[in-house]
Amino acid sequence: MDNLLFGDNQFFGVNHMSEEKARAQSIRFQNIEAVYEVLDSAYDEGIRTFMCTTHDRVEEICNHTRANRDRYRDFLFYPCMPYAHKYANAATEDGILSAITRFMPGGIINAAIRGGTSLATKDIDGIVTLLIDSEMKMFHGLKTPVIFLQNVVTDLLLGLGMKKAFRIFADHIRTRYGAEPGFITMNMPMLLDVLEDVGVENPIVCANINKIGFRMCGGIDAYEQALRDRKFRAIAMSVFASGAIPPKEAISWVCSQPNIHSIVFGASSRSNIHSTKQIVDSLWSQRQVQPASHNAGAV
Amino acid sequence: MIRIAVVGLGKMGLSHLSMIRVHPDVQLVGVCDTSKYMLDALGKNTGIPTFTDYETLLQKATPEAVIIATPSRFHGDLVRTSIEHGLHVFCEKPFCLNWSESMSLASLADRKGLVNQVGYHYRFVGAFQEVKRLLEAGAIGTVTHVLAEAYGPVVLRPKGMSWRSKKEEGGGCLYDYAAHPVNLVNWFFGLPDSVGGSVMTSIFSKDTDDEVCGTIRYADGPSVQLSVNWSDESYRKMSTKITLWGTAGRIYADRQECQVFLRDTAQVPRGYTKGWNTRYTTDLTEPVWFYVRGEEYSAQLDYFVRGIASGKKANVNSFASAAETDHVLAMILDDAQSSAALAVPVNHRGKSALFGR
Repeated sequence: MDNLLFGDNQFFGVNHMSEEKARAQSIRFQNIEAVYEVLDSAYDEGIRTFMCTTHDRVEEICNHTRANRDRYRDFLFYPCMPYAHKYANAATEDGILSAITRFMPGGIINAAIRGGTSLATKDIDGIVTLLIDSEMKMFHGLKTPVIFLQNVVTDLLLGLGMKKAFRIFADHIRTRYGAEPGFITMNMPMLLDVLEDVGVENPIVCANINKIGFRMCGGIDAYEQALRDRKFRAIAMSVFASGAIPPKEAISWVCSQPNIHSIVFGASSRSNIHSTKQIVDSLWSQRQVQPASHNAGAV
Repeated sequence: MIRIAVVGLGKMGLSHLSMIRVHPDVQLVGVCDTSKYMLDALGKNTGIPTFTDYETLLQKATPEAVIIATPSRFHGDLVRTSIEHGLHVFCEKPFCLNWSESMSLASLADRKGLVNQVGYHYRFVGAFQEVKRLLEAGAIGTVTHVLAEAYGPVVLRPKGMSWRSKKEEGGGCLYDYAAHPVNLVNWFFGLPDSVGGSVMTSIFSKDTDDEVCGTIRYADGPSVQLSVNWSDESYRKMSTKITLWGTAGRIYADRQECQVFLRDTAQVPRGYTKGWNTRYTTDLTEPVWFYVRGEEYSAQLDYFVRGIASGKKANVNSFASAAETDHVLAMILDDAQSSAALAVPVNHRGKSALFGR
């Protein structure tokens, strides 16, 4: 994994600080060319990994990348699925099971043939893999070396205790896509226990890791301890805590933590991308990566 | 450990279940739903005891407390049964479709000394809690007007199969969406004296409303304008917001932030200055033990658990407070229906404008 990954929140009106800012970003990035321009800036700064949700508009970005293979030769996608609001809004409108079948590949007929069996056998295995395949379609022909389970789903399954789903996800991502499974969570210490329990070894886990402990459930001490003692590969997100921590201070703190393999960040301008890249490059050598976890399956 | 059961495994029930199951002071003793598929999927993969019948759950799982997240029309009976069995109850919003039933359940629960709470989670959002603190401190003087809004993308086409699209089951924009800003207004100002100019419009739904607007009046308080629409695709997810104008300033709040303008005449609270002030969710949000989709959902359940553990009587989201909201929703519904009956049909009005002169 590269030390810096580019996120997509800014493109889709996700801003944890302000609804006004979120709307301004939605308006600005309505034109997909504006998205390409920012992605190009990141790419030209040497940030080659785009960690993105399976939002409908990401499909346009995928098409653009496929159509310009020479320009984006080293471009990697880290898909994060599912785009939860798509399901949540559908569940409010149609109920949970109808919402799930709505997003099954090939529409209702295919879902009845493949998913019908799943529903009848009460086995979540079939449903999970069907939904993964449906979400992955847009990335056809692109490089997706790490595929993530989005935090709302990870944390819902974690809370419910549906541990087996993590293993199904991990196995399917490995066998079907030849990729590494990743998990996004707001409850990192608890998730690490469960992943170990179901035999997902040395997992890639993306979590809020920031100096003020914002959305780090279990507490900042438990996070620090996990980073020190557990065998996993951490990706830090929300390192600026939605702008609450100044960039240099934020990155400096993250780089001082052990076992951070990557930082994912979002930005809307070339100057922001450039300055974040510069700060990370200058501080990255300070960070400590556990040799044991680093050697076991670096991506 | 407090023995808790969850009834109703829809969107809200699953979300509550995931948080309460891992609460450090809670033992989850059973779940109940009519969907065998959902129960089997859960039971088989988690080992949680499952029941299709609530009475059976009560007998076999012997919970001390219950979280009820069924479609709204079942709330009343389930809550009554639970209270009669001596259970502390957390019920999803809206509380009851008939507000006099809400009142009677509120007094029943209080008489029995049981913790009773309704899931109006916005009262646990840091920014709205800040509004409450500012109002209690008199920061913006006398509040004269309020704009209470909620928008989101739920019904975007003429379709929909869940109970939320059925009026008789407590579906519709009024009960699902408008209940939230109305509940915040109740929290800040109590029960209003009257409502007027209520309009409930169907945009896409056949059987129910997609848009609600109207005025809520306090004889000795502000006028409140309500504007709610759950067919608004310009929002990524539900957004509830409140704007308050006072003699000494103005407050705007949504889930993310609280913006406050204080005039020279304002009594400035500690940490604030005259002019513009902004408090963000990062400043206002307390950490929670587990996060699924917002600290407020976790915080309200923790509050319920702590209420049981401590035997504390004060309750920010009691049945009685939710009954106020049910009452206002009923007032809006009545007002909208009687206004609609008096209104001149749109077609007729159109004709007279074109041809009647």
